[in-house]
Amino acid sequence: MLRNTPAFILNPLQALGRYSQLLFHAFGAIPEFGTYRKNLWEQMVRIGVESLPIVMMAAAFSGAVTTVQTSYQLVFPLIPKGIIGAIVVPSMILELGAVVTGFILAGRVGARIAAELGTMRVTEQIDALEAMGLNSIGYLIVPRVVAGIVMFPVLYVAACFVGIGGGMLVGDLGGFVPIGEFVDGAREFFQPFDPLFGVIKSLVFGFTITSISCFKGYYTKGGAEGVGRATTQAAVASCVFLLLADLVLAVILL
Amino acid sequence: MISVQQINKSFGQKHVLKDVSLDIPEGETLAIIGRSGSGKSVLMKHIIGLMQPDSGRVFVDGVNINDISYAELRRVRQHFGVLFQGGALFDSMNSFENVAFPLRTFTSMNESEVRNVVQECLSMVELEDVGLKMPSELSGGMQKRVALARAVALRPRYILYDEPTSGLDPETSNTIDELIKNLANQLNVTSIVVTHDMHSVLNIADRAAFIYEGRMHWTGTMDELHKSKDEILTAFVTANEYKIGV
Repeated sequence: MLRNTPAFILNPLQALGRYSQLLFHAFGAIPEFGTYRKNLWEQMVRIGVESLPIVMMAAAFSGAVTTVQTSYQLVFPLIPKGIIGAIVVPSMILELGAVVTGFILAGRVGARIAAELGTMRVTEQIDALEAMGLNSIGYLIVPRVVAGIVMFPVLYVAACFVGIGGGMLVGDLGGFVPIGEFVDGAREFFQPFDPLFGVIKSLVFGFTITSISCFKGYYTKGGAEGVGRATTQAAVASCVFLLLADLVLAVILL
Repeated sequence: MISVQQINKSFGQKHVLKDVSLDIPEGETLAIIGRSGSGKSVLMKHIIGLMQPDSGRVFVDGVNINDISYAELRRVRQHFGVLFQGGALFDSMNSFENVAFPLRTFTSMNESEVRNVVQECLSMVELEDVGLKMPSELSGGMQKRVALARAVALRPRYILYDEPTSGLDPETSNTIDELIKNLANQLNVTSIVVTHDMHSVLNIADRAAFIYEGRMHWTGTMDELHKSKDEILTAFVTANEYKIGV
């Protein structure tokens, strides 16, 4: 029956099966986590600390642009300027902080993970780990995924602060809205659930990006071309599933 | 002792190993020979459980490694040292860290003990001074020697060599052959060498197993190899001799 199934149905199902299998083995390796702890710190630095400058820069510009555009679209003499803060702050917390960080990490971290693991696969380094008696999934994948889940919310929070700060600053310096009015507007419409929603979203994004990239890299086939293909697929698939997760979470939680 | 029993393995439509059986007694150096693509490396990966056969079994010290849990398989693998074709050194670590890696991961040695063992392993492969060099700074032959030092760090009972001399110049190939012979004697290990280099086989092996079109075509000692009248085997051996100008 499988032989008659079209490839466009069979291939994604096969990929889903292998991805689930990989996650199953990764969860199975958690009890041995002590062995891989050193690797976790290294990955947290690579995924989190090293991504911080680019995430902050992108967030600052996003906040600034959102302020300018909101001002262009909404500010009329009858509408209080504080509305800008009321729109920019939730936009950053609910959507932009997590999504901008997600896209940057999909490109920067996702591609890097896939390239690293892909190269290790094609140069038999993963086989060498296995041949030594090491659990390669536990050693290579668990620390990367855990580091993604831990560091993504940290980056998200930083992105929100910098984005809101950037918006506030540009609003004030550009004469769109004074800082006081921006803050008053933001306070008036602030929902305590919004930051929690953002953090939940960033946890899911961290898991999605790192697990998909690990999957693509770990199962790389072929030489340099295979590594290139895996890297591109990791970045693209991470972005696509990030958007999908964004929609699903918004529908479920908001 | 390692015993391979009627292994079959296919990749898609390609039947790579066909009913392959082989016994490798303790302390022997066995060369698995055959043309490129004949299934030698696939057989080697079955011996250490990196590949699962479609049918057939592999026994290591009486344990069927195709019928044990992953945790048990990993324990069995710790008796093996493997030299991969390209060395497979971890490129994020220098030579010292590569050799130290299995010691730090699987033993409770302190750093000074690790340092001593690493130095000992590096001197076995005559590369005492490359500890701080990254794999990318080493030549192909040096990479293989560091990989060999890493393979013997845990004092394995079995060492598998996948094409240890491929891509190396004749002089470096001879050095690797000598190292394989010395390690077999010094550490009293069982060695399995996958190669198509007959010069190397004649130099190091006690016995050879010839795979032809996925089947175990011939096995025997070096003496029997010289005297064999098997046409397919002779054609393979002579082609090699011609190539090395014997």
